[in-house]
Formats: sequence, C-alpha cells, structure tokens
Amino acid sequence: MTAMGILFDIGVMLFFLIVLTLLAKPLGAYMTNVYQGKRTFLSPILVPIENLIYKASGIRQDEEMDWKDYAKALLLFNGLGFIVLFLILLLQGMLPLNPQRFPGFPLDLAFNTAISFVTNTNWQAYSGETTASYLTQMSGLSVQNFLSAATGMCIAIALIRGFTRHTSQTIGNFWQDITKSVLYILLPISIIAALLLVSQGVIQNFDPYTNSSLLQSFQIPDGQNINYQMLPMGPVASQEAIKEFGTNGGGFFNANSAHPFENPTPLTNFLEILLILLIPFSLTYTFGRFTGNTGQGWALYATIMMLFIIFLGVMYSAEYNGNPVVQKLGVNGSYMEGKEARFGIIGSVLFAVSTTGTSSGAVNTMHDSLTPIGGMVAMMLMLLGEVVPGGVGSGFYTILAFAIVAVFIAGLMIGRTPEYLGKKIEVFEMRMSVLIVLTSGILVLFFVSIALVTYAGISSILNPGQHGLSEVLYAFASASNNNGSAFAGLNANTLFYNLLTAIAMLIGRFVPAVAALAMAGSLAKKKYIPPSIGTLPTHQITFVLWLAVVILIVGALTFFPALSLGPIVEHMIMFAGQ
Amino acid sequence: MKYTTTALKLFAILMILVGIIYPVAVTVLSQLFFPLKAGGSLLYDSGGNITGSALIGQPFSDPKYFWSRPSATSGYPYNPLASGGSNLGPTNKDLIDQISNRAELLKSSGIQSPVPSDLVEASASGLDPHISMQSALIQIPRVAKARNLDEETLRKLVLEHVEERQFGFLGEQRINVLKLNLAIDNIK
Repeated sequence: MTAMGILFDIGVMLFFLIVLTLLAKPLGAYMTNVYQGKRTFLSPILVPIENLIYKASGIRQDEEMDWKDYAKALLLFNGLGFIVLFLILLLQGMLPLNPQRFPGFPLDLAFNTAISFVTNTNWQAYSGETTASYLTQMSGLSVQNFLSAATGMCIAIALIRGFTRHTSQTIGNFWQDITKSVLYILLPISIIAALLLVSQGVIQNFDPYTNSSLLQSFQIPDGQNINYQMLPMGPVASQEAIKEFGTNGGGFFNANSAHPFENPTPLTNFLEILLILLIPFSLTYTFGRFTGNTGQGWALYATIMMLFIIFLGVMYSAEYNGNPVVQKLGVNGSYMEGKEARFGIIGSVLFAVSTTGTSSGAVNTMHDSLTPIGGMVAMMLMLLGEVVPGGVGSGFYTILAFAIVAVFIAGLMIGRTPEYLGKKIEVFEMRMSVLIVLTSGILVLFFVSIALVTYAGISSILNPGQHGLSEVLYAFASASNNNGSAFAGLNANTLFYNLLTAIAMLIGRFVPAVAALAMAGSLAKKKYIPPSIGTLPTHQITFVLWLAVVILIVGALTFFPALSLGPIVEHMIMFAGQ
Repeated sequence: MKYTTTALKLFAILMILVGIIYPVAVTVLSQLFFPLKAGGSLLYDSGGNITGSALIGQPFSDPKYFWSRPSATSGYPYNPLASGGSNLGPTNKDLIDQISNRAELLKSSGIQSPVPSDLVEASASGLDPHISMQSALIQIPRVAKARNLDEETLRKLVLEHVEERQFGFLGEQRINVLKLNLAIDNIK
C-alpha cells in the first residue's frame, strides 16, 4: 500500500466516527426522554405494552427505591437470570429446538458460561456450532444479552440520578428502568439491525444443519475422503444484533463476527461496529441532558473519543506495518493471518479497537494473531477498566468514577474543594470510586499470578515465550473487565480456567456495580452547591485532558510491568528478526 | 425477600418477549423479505443439489481450480463445524514454518515471488470465501495450463468476478473463489 492507501483508511475512520457522533446525539436525547418518563415517538405503541408488563408483574409505577433496595432488586434479578440460564445449559439435551441433538453442557462449562452471559462478559469457553442448541442460543444466552446490557444501563442511569437529585432518598425504580431499557431502547433497534443484517446475508432460520457437496473432494492425512461440508444454521441475525448493541460479544459461532454467516459483508461489519459503540457514546449525551448541562456530557465524550482515536491510530500503524519476519519470506501485502479478506486491515482494526474499548468482546479478527503492539492495544483498552468508551452502562459509570477521582486529585493539587456537578465529593464517594476503578486491576494481577505459578494455568497456553504470557494476561484482563474476547489459542475450557475466569467475571461485574449504586445513593442525599469561584470547571478542555491523563496513569502504573514482559519484549524480538 | 415475586414475573415476561417473540418475529420477517439470504445464501446445481454457500469458502488443491486462502479449522480445512483461526502469534515458529511452506508450494506450482499475503496466511474464520484480486491473477497461468484454456479467457472471467468495495469505500476488493471455480467448470 501507499500513502494514498493510508489516507483512504484515515478517511474511512473519520467517516465512521462522524456517523457515530451524528447518531450518538439523537440516541442520547431519546434515552434521556425514556428514562425521564417523557413521551417519545414510540410511546403510542410501547406505553400500553409497558403498562401491561407492570400490571402483570405487580410493579407500582409510583414506587421509588433507595440505593439498597435498588441494588437488592438488581442482584435478585441477575441471580435469577443466572439460575435460569445455568439450568437451560445443563438440561439442553432434554429441551426442544435442538436439531443437532447436543447434550447438556458439562457442569463447570455451564457455570462459567452462565456467569459469563449474566455479567455481560460473554467469555466463551465453548464453540457455538458444536455445543449450543437453538433454544440455548435464543432463549438462554440471548435473553441475557438483553438483560445484562439493560442492567448496566440501569446502574448508569441510577448514578446519573444521584447527581441530578438533591436531598433525595431514592434513585429510581429498578423494575421500571430495566423494562424501559429493553422495551424502548434495546428491542426496537435490535429488530431493525437484525433485518438489515439478514438483508446482507446473515442467516436467520430454524433449519437443521445443511449438507452441501464440495466442488473438489480431498483426502485428509488419515486417508478419509472428504466430499461434503456440513453448514451450520440457526437464528443468528436476531442474536447478532443484540450481541453487538448490548456490547455482549458472544458469538453464535466459534469464529464470532469473523464468521461469514455472522458478518458477511463490509456493510455488516460497519454496522456491527457502529452498534457496539452507539449506546456507550450516546450515554455521555444522555448525561449532559440529564444534568441540564450538555457541556458536561460533551467533555466526557471528548475524553473517551480522544483516547479512542489514539489507540485506534497505534493499532492501525502496528497492523499496517505487519510482521517483518513474514515479509522476509517473500510475502507481499497486508498482514492477514487471522484476518478476513473482505474486511482488510482497516475493517479489522476498527472492529478490534471498538470491541476491546467497549466491553463487547465480539471479534472479527483473531486477536492472538495480531502484531505484538496491536495485541497490546487490545489488552490496554481492557486493562484501563473498559472506559474507552466501555460497555453499555458499565463503561459510563466507570468513567464517572474516574471523573470523580480526577476532580479529587485536582482539588488536592490546587487547593480547591472537590465538587462535581454541584455535589461535594467526600470520603465515601472517593472510596466507592476507587473500588470501581481498581477492582478489575487487582483481579487481573491476582489471577494472572496464580495462573503463572500453577501447572493447570500454564498447560493451557498455545504460543511459546512472551506471547504465552500475553495469552494468560489477556484472559484475565478480559474476564475481570467483562470483555469476553480472548487470545483464543489459550485452551480456556478446563476446570481451572472455567472456575477462575468465572470468579473474576463475577467480582469484576458486581463489586463495581454495587459501589456505583451506593455512590448514587450517597450523592442523591446531598444538597446542591451552586458553582462558585472555588469550583473546578469540569466542562472545559483542561479537564478533558486531565481526565484522560488520570485514566492513562492509573492503567499504566498498574500494568506496565506485565505489558513489558509480554507484548513489548515480543515486539522487540519480532523486529530483531528472531 | 419482598421482591422475589416481582422478579420472577418480570423475568418470565421479558424472557418470553426477547427470548421467543423477538427471534421468532425476526425469523418470520426475514423469511418473508429475504428468504435466500436468511437460509444461508445456498448455491444449487442444475439438478437442484446444494453445491455450497456463497458465503462459506471451500478448499481447493487441484491445479485446475483457483485456490482459496489457508484455513486453520480443526479436522480438515474449511470445516464449517470448527470455525476459527490458527491463533498462532506473530513470532511463533510454527506460524513462520507454515507460511514458508505454503509460499514454497505456491512457488513450485509456478507462481513467481513475492506471493500475496492472503494466499499464505490463514483467515480468522477458517471459512473465508474470498481472495484478493492479486491472488486470483497470479493463479491464472496454472489454471489455464491445467485446463488447456486461453489465459485471456480466464482473465476476463476473473475480472467479471471481482467484488468491488461496498459503496466504493467499505471493505476490500475481493473475489469469491467458489463462485469463480463454479463459473470455470461451466466454460465449454
């Protein structure tokens, strides 16, 4: 490729980010109206359904919850989701819609998978096309794709209410928030997205797997003659849409969004990346609207967009430059190991940055085969705590926690009272913010250490040397931050990894979640303090840069040693030509 | 707990809504508007037998066919029940050996160095139906010789099968190998 090629790719990236921004504003405004209970253009259809759901479940529309009740309801609802999914996975063999007659999941795999989907991680130690029935996919896994995403949105909205309410005991009603999230936001856009995907070739059927002849038969080394291909089928598009839109990431098939039945054309690729980023970016605008000061929202938007563009640039240049060891063999063109021809470098890199920057974890490229620096960018985006822009809801409340930490540190440095959006930041808020920001980092380092000193941890590694360390680091970065993508060479379907990643996912999801709700409760009780001369402005460029620096420093201090032993050393070895 | 009944009821309702009604409704609409796409873009021969999917690649090793990208699916190449990549890291010796062997094989089949990367590096899905235009063009002499065909005829056919970037800027220019090979079999 040439300078023209690079310019062309930059043009595609810019076009994408502009489309994203143009959509984020109206969606953010729409979400504000939904959560504030205002009328929207979908109200004529959805209000009757919504009321019916409340009536049937015995939900009172005027009831408000304090943070403890909100957290109880949320944990109960998620616990129930875990039990139902766990049972579906175990009993799959006896349930309908199983044309390939797959048996139930083994116990440890069912446990890991159920936790994985309830925590919005979608870490997959199984391979969809040979393990999961259609019922498991659509009524088990996909239900959690909706509900775990909605759960994240509820927490984000509850925390936003904490800032906008004054001397209030309550932060909203969980039942209503989760119903609205599904009914008004996730479901309508998923329907449209699913149909768009089908129009491009994503499959959507309940047929049994279909046998096709091969144009040229061939012999495999054991002498067997292969003259057919068994094509997997299933209701893929409906799951694909919410998998991306809810930043879940669990593929219908093992190859995830690299599979031509999940992601057949460059347009579906573009659409899927857009779906991944849409809610996380839109929530910043929702925040601005909620607080009555859109500048506050745009400041957070600018921070994460700036970081996003930096990481995108680094990964693009790493993948564009490719693998010098391979180039020496007389191979010409982009580095395509683990990439699909229809997406090329730019379609693969944009997807990889979006999926690790959010907590999606869907992949259209095998991250294990990325260049060392490309793989490191993917890892760093997770290790920063999933804030660029992070998962649906979860990313946003983590960003707010970082903003509070940033305000607090700045306050200490320049001797101003730490305030954010008219709320005084005190010891309790700082404790909760630090808990949100640091939980995943502690989990990663703890579990990676265990894995590296045990036989069970090391024996799953595929690639030798530094890259093997990266595989383990990536696995726990992914699990603890509820991402779900993998350096998939690591054999994750072992008792050791099934249990440890499950624990990491569980703590990594619910400790920050409850901390965010507790902080919401504490903030809502506080009085509003009008901005004074001593208030640090949080909607200006200085704060944007400061917040980015805080995010980068916390991440870098925690993980620099591990990253230097893994990808950085590998990068040097690769360019030394060894 | 005071919320248990509410949680159970609401969960059941939402599960039916997004876990049954939603996928079934999308299936009905898809089958109505895009039946062929929803069914897997299957290709049929004149006798009505399924000869593949336009979206799923097939392996080729015969000199008279254009070859697809390497596939790392387990069991055998282009096994749709084991989609996935090699997951080999960029400095893994196994990867370098594999790429080197594939490049040698291409060279021994008459292809001049340098070889295009997509033809020696395994795809992400292991089912990639496409190769780059460059990868198709360099295979023309081999296929022409094996079939006793005019290179210019093949060249025209290859160019007819080029899929351009979508809307002129999305994705990469590419060629569907199975469709191209089916078309060559039809030359008489």
